[in-house]
Amino acid sequence: MRIISLAFAAILAVLAATPAQATDPSFTIIIRDHRFEPARIEVPAGQKLLLVVRNMDASSEEFESKDLKREKVIAGGKEATIIVGPLAAGTYRFVGEYHEDTAKGELVAK
Amino acid sequence: MLSTAIIVFREILEAALIVGVVLAASRGVPRRGAAVVAGMAGGLVGAVLVALFAGEIADALAGAGQEVFNAAVLLVAVAMLGWHNVWMKTHGREIARHMSAVGDAVRGGSQPVRALAVVVGAAILREGSETVLFLYGIAAGAGGSAWEMIAGGVLGIVGGVALGVALYRGLLRIPPRHLFAVTSALILLMAAGMASQAAAFLVAADLLPALVPQLWDSSALLDPGSLLGRTLHTLIGYDARPAGVQLVVFVATLAVIGVSMRAAGGRPARVQAAR
Repeated sequence: MRIISLAFAAILAVLAATPAQATDPSFTIIIRDHRFEPARIEVPAGQKLLLVVRNMDASSEEFESKDLKREKVIAGGKEATIIVGPLAAGTYRFVGEYHEDTAKGELVAK
Repeated sequence: MLSTAIIVFREILEAALIVGVVLAASRGVPRRGAAVVAGMAGGLVGAVLVALFAGEIADALAGAGQEVFNAAVLLVAVAMLGWHNVWMKTHGREIARHMSAVGDAVRGGSQPVRALAVVVGAAILREGSETVLFLYGIAAGAGGSAWEMIAGGVLGIVGGVALGVALYRGLLRIPPRHLFAVTSALILLMAAGMASQAAAFLVAADLLPALVPQLWDSSALLDPGSLLGRTLHTLIGYDARPAGVQLVVFVATLAVIGVSMRAAGGRPARVQAAR
């Protein structure tokens, strides 16, 4: 058990505090009727970004992007902040996992 | 209905596989049935609570609450799996020899059985809360399709549990002499995979540096969304696009638990020599 606690302590010690800055550019995406608005969003490459995803539907949604390596559940009527980047230039797709046929979007980093 | 079933199945699968491995690994451990049921019940209650307070958890810690919470639940499970493996290394052989061990074994067995209950509870808590949120969303949003939701949900749960049972049955076909060696290796890999997953959540929360944003991309080779991809994700921590820090944490977890097991493995031999 002592070794496991040590491992825990080590993991916690590695938690380098690099919190997102309030000055990081922020982009808002709205979920309405199980669709993203806007479905295509341009963002600057090479810097940290905040994606604010606001779920206007009554049902919850899971923002999922394999390209961005992010997944986050957003309850109905709530919003969530997702920290991404710095991104290499390119297109990053994302979906709403609970309504994958309609909730599709992409982030274009330039 | 089918889409509901598929999503519920996806969420349930991971928890079902974990429970399957844990049950096989604890074969012969006294009172493990009650512990696993207690873990499941605790996990279910926890899942509903987490779903109820999902908004509050997400808003906590400057918006990183959900990631930190998931990472914490995963790391607790990692610690318990590690402890279980170390304990089994010292006592597993006796248990394999006397499947109906009483007295000391029962007293000794109560400890790791509790650890297993926590692992089961943690798995159900994490996956279950998302299932509850999803089903609640359908119930609140669609309106009138309650029957479809229930049918889809039940179908998804049955499918996920069936795979967990299949894995358990498959593992039990292994002769008892080798069973613990196989389940120990599985649990070791599972723990390392969970630790790497926790690291990914902490990167997403911006609390851990990624080191390398993406080591490789094997999603074309083995789709992480496919059944095999998801199964391997749970069992050995498969990640199609891991960050550098995930590999570091994976290897470190393997090393820490592996070395502890090796250190613990020497004990029973000495006890026998003393007799």
